[in-house]
Amino acid sequence: MAQATLQIVKISGHAGPVAGAGVERSEQLCKLIDTTTCIGCKACEVACLEWNGYTFTETSFDNSYQTMPSTAWNYWNLIKFNEHEREDGTLQLLMRKDQCMHCSDPGCLMACPADGAIVQYSNGIVDFQQQNCIGCGYCVSGCPFDIPKFNSETKKMFKCTLCSDRVGQGLEPACIKSCPTGCLHFGTKEDMSFLAESRAKQLRDHFGFEKAGVYDPAGVGGTGVIYVLHDVTNPEAYGGLPKDPHIPWVVRFWKGPAKWIGNLAMLFGVIGVTLHYFRYGPKEIHPPRNGNGGKP
Amino acid sequence: MSSHVISTPTTRTTGEPGERILRYTLGERVNHWFAAFTYSYCLITGLAFWSPYMYWLAAIVGGGPTARFWHPWLGLAFTASMFWMYQMWDRDMRITEADRRWAAAMKSYIENDDQNLPPEGRFNYGQKLFFWLMFYGIILLLISGIGLWFVEGIPWSLRWLRYLSVTVHVVAAMATIGGFIIHVYMGTAMVRGGFTSIIRGEVSTAWAKTHHRLWYEEVSKRQTPPGQAGTRR
Ligand code: SF4
Ligand code: SF4
Repeated sequence: MAQATLQIVKISGHAGPVAGAGVERSEQLCKLIDTTTCIGCKACEVACLEWNGYTFTETSFDNSYQTMPSTAWNYWNLIKFNEHEREDGTLQLLMRKDQCMHCSDPGCLMACPADGAIVQYSNGIVDFQQQNCIGCGYCVSGCPFDIPKFNSETKKMFKCTLCSDRVGQGLEPACIKSCPTGCLHFGTKEDMSFLAESRAKQLRDHFGFEKAGVYDPAGVGGTGVIYVLHDVTNPEAYGGLPKDPHIPWVVRFWKGPAKWIGNLAMLFGVIGVTLHYFRYGPKEIHPPRNGNGGKP
Repeated sequence: MSSHVISTPTTRTTGEPGERILRYTLGERVNHWFAAFTYSYCLITGLAFWSPYMYWLAAIVGGGPTARFWHPWLGLAFTASMFWMYQMWDRDMRITEADRRWAAAMKSYIENDDQNLPPEGRFNYGQKLFFWLMFYGIILLLISGIGLWFVEGIPWSLRWLRYLSVTVHVVAAMATIGGFIIHVYMGTAMVRGGFTSIIRGEVSTAWAKTHHRLWYEEVSKRQTPPGQAGTRR
């Protein structure tokens, strides 16, 4: 949460335009995760906890190296381990660092009803502002990566901030700093995309990974976290990375046309009964026209 | 004193002007206002969550987090009040032959041409529609609301349930709001006497004859306390 130094360009649940959005050009920042050189050491998990001030919580063992089944409100960064059987029958151990993807078109922000609970900075970072969060959980439905997690005690939602506090001070995120193999990189989106594409080409040309490629899904306008995958045609194998993520259409409709249809319907309802009163007024009490109370 | 009449309903049903009969028992009135309060709270907070342009509504009920905390609980209270109402009015709310005749002449009712209307029982067809709208509405709101309340409890593989919950909650809420607008308008401005009847329980015999003639005839024929006859209690 470094809103003092970062320019906000999108605000959740905000009526009207965002002051200051689009006034200055800013580099899009990006984290590059090269799954082909990740060794699953979990140094980034520890660095994340340490920087953000969380203590190590209980792990749950599920016949895997994975620390726990999914990220948690106080555990934003998780290496997902998956044993993948290749077509030739050989086994491949896939390791993918899972966290918020910092979507250019963030579903969490679109779904959020609370003014300023989720913001996007001009550098692309999507950040939750817990002091404005009302704990409704709409962001959970909006996110195509199942990332926001709820603290039921404080009733606030949490996720990776891309270390916006560090980045705001010109530092790289804590996870990047801790990675011993250099599989994590941080820089401008342009540079990271170039680096990722070169690495994917290297994997295709020299290491026999013909399907190697870069995961930067267009369905959410591209992401502020991109992956190099050995097989970009099968991202699901990497702990359920969605193949073509996009904001659920229900959420788009709910936050788009449904608002105006609903608001207009309510408005016309109120206007309608008012006009009815102007035209017909209150009902009079009177004796019925004939003994049996009107028409037979 | 009218309060005396309420606590010991009279059996006088001679139709003299100024005479009053009991239309809603104390229990029915308490139920109605409990439902009204809990629904209104959910309406105000729900509208705050619905649109950024109405988010300020959350401020008048204690702010966003407070509104979010109480919305589901008062929703449960409203559900309870609707089942309580169902338990009291289920039989009175069934659609009858008289309702079908009345429904066919609804245009006359809307245009306040009431003398052309077939007689109605304790509740007219419109009131019954509103009751069933709210009753089935709250069932949908309850089920979908639980999905929204415990959205993280719905596993990722069943996430279509998350989206379905949102859809059902919005559609059901909008339907009840439509009914609610008409109900408040009719109960306060359009049908004079209705509002006081749901507060103090009484209506004049002339009112009863005009709006609910079959009910009036029934309670006066039985020569039993009218309110009690009307509610089977
Ligand atoms: S829970 Fe999520 S959607 Fe709801 S206010 Fe907090 S950040 Fe916004
Ligand atoms: S991954 Fe989810 S939580 Fe992160 S920015 Fe995208 S929609 Fe929001």
